[in-house]
Amino acid sequence: MRYLPLNENDRKAMLAKIGAPDVDALFGDVPKSARLTDLIDLPLRQTESEVDSALTQMAGKNRAAGSGPFFIGGGAYRHHIPASVDHLIQRSEFLTAYTPYQPEISQGTLQVLFEFQTQVAQLTGMDVANASMYDGSTACAEAALMACRATRRKKVHLAAGLHPHYRETTKTQGKFQGIEVRPCRSRPGHDENVMIGMDKDSAAIVVQSPNVFGEIVDLQPYADAAHAVGALLIAVFTEPLAFGAIKSPGEMGADIVVGEGQSIGVGLNFGGPYLGLLACRQKLVRQMPGRVCGQTVDANGERGFVLTLSTREQHIRREKATSNICTNSGLCTVAFSIHMTLLGEAGLRELARINHAKACQLADMLTEIDGVELVTDTFFNEFTLRLSKPARAVTHHMVEKSNVLGGLAASRLMADDNKSQDDLLIVCATETNSEADMTAFEAALKEALS
Amino acid sequence: MSMNREGRSTAPVSTNVTTSPTVSGNKALAQKELLIFEVGTPRRTGVDFSDTPSRPSRLGGLERTSDIGLPGLSEPETLRHYVRLSQKNFAIDLGVYPLGSCTMKHNPRLNEKMARLPGFADVHPLQPQSTVQGALELIDTLADWICKLTGMPAVAMSPKAGAHGELCGMMAIRAALDAKGAAHKRRVLVPESAHGTNPATAVQCGFTVDEIPATDGGRVDMAALRLKLVDSDDIAGIMLTNPNTCGLFETDIIEIAKLIHDAGGYFYCDGANFNALVGKVRPGDLGIDAMHLNLHKTFSTPHGGGGPGSGPTVLSDALLPFAPVPYVVKQGETYRLVEDATGTQSFGRMTAFHGQMGMFVRALSYMMSHGADGLRQATQDAVLNANYVQASLSDVMSVAFSGYCMHEALFDDSFLKDTGVDTLDFAKAMIDEGYHPMTMYFPLVVHGAMLIEPTESESKGELDRFIKVMRSLASRAKNGEVAHFKAAPVHAPLRRLDETRAARKPILRWRPEAE
Amino acid sequence: MTMKYTEDHEWIKVEGDSATIGISPYAANALGDVVFVELPDIGTEFDKGDEAAVIESVKAASEVYAPVGGEVIAVNAALEDAPETVNASADGDGWFIKIKIKDADELDGLMDADAYKAFCAEL
Repeated sequence: MRYLPLNENDRKAMLAKIGAPDVDALFGDVPKSARLTDLIDLPLRQTESEVDSALTQMAGKNRAAGSGPFFIGGGAYRHHIPASVDHLIQRSEFLTAYTPYQPEISQGTLQVLFEFQTQVAQLTGMDVANASMYDGSTACAEAALMACRATRRKKVHLAAGLHPHYRETTKTQGKFQGIEVRPCRSRPGHDENVMIGMDKDSAAIVVQSPNVFGEIVDLQPYADAAHAVGALLIAVFTEPLAFGAIKSPGEMGADIVVGEGQSIGVGLNFGGPYLGLLACRQKLVRQMPGRVCGQTVDANGERGFVLTLSTREQHIRREKATSNICTNSGLCTVAFSIHMTLLGEAGLRELARINHAKACQLADMLTEIDGVELVTDTFFNEFTLRLSKPARAVTHHMVEKSNVLGGLAASRLMADDNKSQDDLLIVCATETNSEADMTAFEAALKEALS
Repeated sequence: MSMNREGRSTAPVSTNVTTSPTVSGNKALAQKELLIFEVGTPRRTGVDFSDTPSRPSRLGGLERTSDIGLPGLSEPETLRHYVRLSQKNFAIDLGVYPLGSCTMKHNPRLNEKMARLPGFADVHPLQPQSTVQGALELIDTLADWICKLTGMPAVAMSPKAGAHGELCGMMAIRAALDAKGAAHKRRVLVPESAHGTNPATAVQCGFTVDEIPATDGGRVDMAALRLKLVDSDDIAGIMLTNPNTCGLFETDIIEIAKLIHDAGGYFYCDGANFNALVGKVRPGDLGIDAMHLNLHKTFSTPHGGGGPGSGPTVLSDALLPFAPVPYVVKQGETYRLVEDATGTQSFGRMTAFHGQMGMFVRALSYMMSHGADGLRQATQDAVLNANYVQASLSDVMSVAFSGYCMHEALFDDSFLKDTGVDTLDFAKAMIDEGYHPMTMYFPLVVHGAMLIEPTESESKGELDRFIKVMRSLASRAKNGEVAHFKAAPVHAPLRRLDETRAARKPILRWRPEAE
Repeated sequence: MTMKYTEDHEWIKVEGDSATIGISPYAANALGDVVFVELPDIGTEFDKGDEAAVIESVKAASEVYAPVGGEVIAVNAALEDAPETVNASADGDGWFIKIKIKDADELDGLMDADAYKAFCAEL
């Protein structure tokens, strides 16, 4: 087997040193009844080329986003990732290192984390950020728990524009800890209802902007409402690129900012791995879940970095930890940070400008079609249309007849909400969409609605 | 003397020059590297864009007007920055990385290639299901391998990491108890040798934690366990790692499962050490109800400097109805993704989308490459390597528990008694020798613990060199060379770091000098 | 106005119906470099044995328990910026909280300085 260096002579010599008659003797502590004597009923070993061809065939059954016109967002975004990002994260020293618990021989990962934390704090307008969470949805749930710890309250209000997967994840996390998660029914438009029931027991309001329909939300009124009762504002995002064009949540009064970082540096990957970003005000630092990197000096006084504040974490604090999270999204944070460094502020702003321009152009083109109405007055690179036919059937029709992945039927995300979402189509445009893509989409939609 | 044509000596001259610092601070290949914030500028970029005319803004008056403060670098500068940084990291591909419980095995590059196929890497999680049949087939195929290897009826694929899988299993247990109306069952037994995630997870699911002690042999104290179960109606279950964190198989595990089930509780098995069992023992035959797998430990997906992980969680028939959404079902030749929990007993959704697809591809690529025969061989070699290390060091270091170990060998610090050298010093001296230290001070049941897991990826020759170095360090410690250990590491990019300073006055981000 | 000690290494110094509480130099030394102290809000009420504060070193976090019940009337806010004071002066400037004692009888079971010294010697 190509991955196993020992040969039969090695094994014999090693067993002799150990003083064991055979390798099965080493498994002597396993109850006899549980020892397998036969091989498990699965295929036997395969060569590299056999595995390559089997998996390539499986991959070929999927319609890759890049193989035709593609306009789906809804919490995961297709952007061009510079070739050097993927090259760098495949360096052995990043790819095959463990968590940097031995800082003397982990300064590479640690310095990247320190730079990453600074980038995330700057982007969101917060004081500090952690070294990342699993993804945006789990970061959102963790932020809700964090707000409950910080305020010593147990009620969290979710606004209507929150991505339904984030809402469900937060509900699941909260329900076993006695936290009252007041969800909302997904619908476009300003959500005043979220303020109803806000009182001295409220820990936080959770508001997404741009929201799941693509609308840009002014967070300040929500911040004011939260702060008026001593609660926190948790701002959520799924498209970090938006902050290259719109005000950061920090400028609009947010206390904790969480979201999905996939858009920068990480591919679609059918939903994972992604990276959750979590940033907050300085005063909340010790309530933050997850790993965090800090600056210090070595025995010679040279600047260096270590994982710090670990007494919040499960491996020290055990049942009193802020979270049970153990990993971060390590390599995805490296990818995010490299892509962000390649962009720089000027590049990020230009990329955001292009995304917005493409979305505006596409919205204008599509709303020319009979039976199409724009629901979202404001948007960044994603907007919602109301169609004259059920959106799910339309998306299927477009991909089957025209090979166009033309947006996301809102009902796919909002199955349990209500029927009024059936005719909503959420559409995303990015810098990867050419004029030809947009024209193809326009034609396909026109045909599907006719 | 050998001379070249210019008349200069070509043989290096050996001198006793004491190393003096360089002007640059660099040491040949080891380069100092500033932060991107100190070398980049907001105007610089390493990306070119096509000309795209602007359109009237629809940003609703919330346009950004302030600076963000993000530095940029050109592509060559970017490459240099990250390559230099990478060279300050230890890695599996550089040398022996014997971190006990972390399973630092070889990461096959075929896995990386497969995960980057556009049909897997460039597929959106919300595409119509008819366009992602291959992706769903891959998840279903991996699930089938996992169920067969563990001997369990079902697996929840969405947990994003091991600790997230623990949450999945414990939430399923909580939901099962709630469905029975057993609201009084809230006590979870956890051995004192457990990973810290176990008690943290139990509490996150609304349980209380009750610790059970270990015997002198490093296993669950059955007498103490029975005592906990006497007349107790509040037992929700037990969380037990097997092989346990001392690297030992829990010999009484079948009896433990029976006792817990008799008490009306469920058995959560922490699968962090499943790599010691693959192909040799099926946890399903031991009576467990739930277990997460760490694809990044057992099935070789890269650790990536701390993640991303992936934690599929197998469930027994009793817990299956409570599994989280989404999951894949096969109907005829078509795969379907069930995403909505409405009207079912499912405890809900744990994360957006469907799990760590990129890790699924890598893990399946690993499993298919090994096959049933190769997976069993890998397990045997891992256990053999650990026992070889234990046997070869047992006379100079102190083995914590007698007898064979499983996939990792545990030592305590009694061999360092009165030497003035502690476990940390010993570990730092290993760094200078070119090795990553073993896991230290864990498990907590052993004083000054040193947990060595060589994995099946080490050759005998590499292990023999490692053993020689470890033996030599042990004898240097005993010979009173304390100063050598206290100073270590001296050859790493940095000397020991001041963690107290980092924690007292946390500096968690760069700020410009002026502030 | 003598100091009394608990088996969990807290000390309490009684002055009238109020008392100052901290951790012993023995405990401060055993914890290593203290990096953070989390103190309760003024006005918080404790029963004897409740968790009153948390003290963190680099690799450990420990709870400080109330030696007797009472209400918090002052906290040593200086520890927020200078947690190292606990190491330098555990039984002086490194005090944690002052409380108003609820029930003076609860002091009875505590050790005096000599008994505590003997207790530590046994550990």
